[in-house]
Amino acid sequence: MRRPADFQAREPGRTTYLDGVRAAAPIGVAALAFGVSFGVLARAADMGRVAPVVMSVTTFAGSAQFAVASILGAGGGLVTAIVAAILLNLRYGPIGLSAATTFEGPWWRRALTAQLIVDESWAIAQRDDGRLDRHLLIGAGLLLLVCWTTGTVIGTFAGDLVADPESLGLDAAFPALFLALLWSQVRDRSRLLAAIAGAAIALALMPFTGPGIPIVAASLACLVGARKPA
Amino acid sequence: MSAVWISVIVVGLATMAIKAAGPLLLARRTPPPRAQAALEHLAPALLAALVVTQALGGDNGGFTIDARLAGLAAGAVALLLRAPLLVVITAAAVTAALVRLVA
Repeated sequence: MRRPADFQAREPGRTTYLDGVRAAAPIGVAALAFGVSFGVLARAADMGRVAPVVMSVTTFAGSAQFAVASILGAGGGLVTAIVAAILLNLRYGPIGLSAATTFEGPWWRRALTAQLIVDESWAIAQRDDGRLDRHLLIGAGLLLLVCWTTGTVIGTFAGDLVADPESLGLDAAFPALFLALLWSQVRDRSRLLAAIAGAAIALALMPFTGPGIPIVAASLACLVGARKPA
Repeated sequence: MSAVWISVIVVGLATMAIKAAGPLLLARRTPPPRAQAALEHLAPALLAALVVTQALGGDNGGFTIDARLAGLAAGAVALLLRAPLLVVITAAAVTAALVRLVA
């Protein structure tokens, strides 16, 4: 399938961290804007100025952080907020498995670099041979972490100056972003099948489960690839 | 300790542990070929699920049809025209914003 200009195939082993930064730059713009809106929401939810920024550096996962801020802001319970966020981040279990052989060095270094995995950096780092490119993942992850955290700082400190993110259509930017990342992934029949199965599992579960579960369950769709010999 | 800080610390530690689990447990052990082949199909499966949940998901589960869908359609058109990623994202956001402005 044809790929957007940003995702031209790269030769494995020939990439640098800067390639990852470059590939993630357009997403960085969206991450910055999304970070601002998280900061604004967190401020409105009485999370203070420091906690949201600490959360952006440590948790570094947009939808889970939004869940915590909106549940606490709406007066929902602490346990509800924590459980919702963890469910939303469970997908990083299977994602981490797929990235397991990517990192190098002692255990603490692998654990630390694994923190740079987010949906977008992981998607950018996919190589044509099915492995992950460590340089692309780290470069993209670092840029997104900086943009996301900077946005959060701006949102918590200057939130009053920012328009409502929904009126800017920001919530529509992310499904389109994931569609673009998916587009560059679907390059043969078995990957197309995995995508269709993943979407179908998510659609089937959405009416019955809270947010997060449909996405984790959709990771089972990767099993359609197990039939194909490596 | 306040509820805010407890949630920041617990969610932060849990997320870090989830992200690090694979790289720590599987440390440099290459998975068997069939498992590796399956993991190579994880990206399309999860990204497709993310498109669906982000475009149609409601705040408390279930479906919500709103301007996001128009934005996604605009993004898809931009993709078909081979637009760069930033144009795809912007087309989706601007379209959704315009739909909300009119509606």
